[in-house]
Amino acid sequence: MEKESLRTAFGKSLVRLAQKYDNFVVFDADVAGGTCTHLFRNAFPDRFYQFGIAEQNMMSAAAGFSTEGIIPFVTCYAVFASMRAIEQARNSIAYPDYNVKIVASHVGIDVGPDGVSHQAIEDLAIYRSIPNFTVISPADDMEVYQATESMINTYGPIYMRTGRSEVPKVNLPEYKFKIGKGTVLREGADITIVATGIMVHRALEAAQQLSLKNIDAAVLNISTIKPIDKELLNTYSKKTGKMVTCEDHNIHGGLFSAVLEAISSNPVPVFPIAIKDVFAESGDSFELAKKYNIDSKDIYQLCIEVKKNETFR
Amino acid sequence: MDLKKMATVLRIDALNMIYCAGSGHPGGSLSAADIVTTLYFDEMNIDAGNPQNPDRDFFVLSKGHSCPIVYAALANKDFFSKDWYKRLRHINGELQGHPDRKKTPGIEFNSGSLSQGFSFAIGKALALKRKEKKNRVYVLTGCGELDEGQIWEGALFASHNKLDNLVAIVDYNRLQSDACNDDILCLEPLDRKWEAFGWYVIQIDGHDFDQIKKAFDQARLNQNKPTIIIARTIKGKGVSFMENAPKWHGSLAPTPDELKTAIAEINATVSVQK
Repeated sequence: MEKESLRTAFGKSLVRLAQKYDNFVVFDADVAGGTCTHLFRNAFPDRFYQFGIAEQNMMSAAAGFSTEGIIPFVTCYAVFASMRAIEQARNSIAYPDYNVKIVASHVGIDVGPDGVSHQAIEDLAIYRSIPNFTVISPADDMEVYQATESMINTYGPIYMRTGRSEVPKVNLPEYKFKIGKGTVLREGADITIVATGIMVHRALEAAQQLSLKNIDAAVLNISTIKPIDKELLNTYSKKTGKMVTCEDHNIHGGLFSAVLEAISSNPVPVFPIAIKDVFAESGDSFELAKKYNIDSKDIYQLCIEVKKNETFR
Repeated sequence: MDLKKMATVLRIDALNMIYCAGSGHPGGSLSAADIVTTLYFDEMNIDAGNPQNPDRDFFVLSKGHSCPIVYAALANKDFFSKDWYKRLRHINGELQGHPDRKKTPGIEFNSGSLSQGFSFAIGKALALKRKEKKNRVYVLTGCGELDEGQIWEGALFASHNKLDNLVAIVDYNRLQSDACNDDILCLEPLDRKWEAFGWYVIQIDGHDFDQIKKAFDQARLNQNKPTIIIARTIKGKGVSFMENAPKWHGSLAPTPDELKTAIAEINATVSVQK
């Protein structure tokens, strides 16, 4: 099956979209090879600005730059976008409400060998908590392209995470990304698996395995974390009565929290697949996923357990 | 335009609005008054009748806490009514404690968190260069503000990118929030630092209008490098009991008696001229 990493998809998307839209530029903090914006730099060098390893200046400068009607895509690693320069994102971009897009690669423990300092497991929680920020977490290459195009056509501060390891296509060919809308990738009546980003394909694999055990799992791709698709989540919480959330992110403040918030007026049990509030370590991405229990097998096993213990109802 | 007279109007307006607010930053508002007066009433191409004019010059108050003096400048340039003064820092007010571009006409950026306005100005200057526009960007920082690492990130970037349409001014009153620069983080030799970062450096007395104007004239001639004007000022300038007194950094409003004395002293500076 054809696979592509979300960061490569982003770099390619920028190049394709640059031919259609002339109203954006790309800012980099000396990590173009890692974020894959080097693809854009090579194709459109005069639309690429190098800010050096100085993310705070880059972030606030993007705000100023955007006032001249050109959209800056601020790109760097998620740890730096969501922590080192977050105050700038909040005070320079969100509060005055400027048209700046922040796209970060190196998310989750999927970052792998670089280790904890570069594995962002807090970025969704952080960006979600800032007013005026839209937060996007696409699941495959087509969704990255469509989300990037949406960002160009939607005013306001937007944060998007990409990803490092290669992922298969999960969305259907006729899919149309819309900010704030989740997608049903698999219908089901027994349990709903709610996933985002690289966890979506793992959720689909788990659902496939569950069907062999006669457990009929619905799979939702929540690619907009904020504003989250409350309607869709409530429809499926009602329909299946229990949910499992899946994210390459800390258990606090990310998708799990967002889903609970969304269904809080009609709650059902929700169980998380997430990093359990620990710092991981260096390692191969797939081995880390196994060790820190965010693999498709972990999703499968949690669903089995949840179904088994259904007497909580 | 009698800049000295206008500066006294701005100073008195700033103190009046801080008094109404019951809090604010008088010291740094007064030290910046003469620079801000020159910018708004002599140097910059700004017109209240056309606040969104794409060819206007841009001023960013990176030391956002000194906004009372800028609010005074904007009101005296008819961007809004002086009726707004009494609602400074009050709920539902149009004049926020730190500048808000959505609530106050004429404000370009929501500064307050130090050093971010500086970077904002840099980004603006960069975009203007890209579009080959001739308008200029002015940014006023405090001196304590220069402690922030982001300032130096910006300093590297602006000179590396030859942003000669950018003029930074440091309100160098040598005091910060708690104490003077020398007791917190010594900034000297400040001029040599900026020269080392690749900027044109002009040093002036920040209360001498001739020197201020000459500095802006020189900045317009400087090419291929951004300019920084290090303006030696006195915190609280114009009010004897506020001058060089750290406690008047903020958030302190004058008492009715203090306000009366302050206004009298400020007015006296122009009547002596006569």
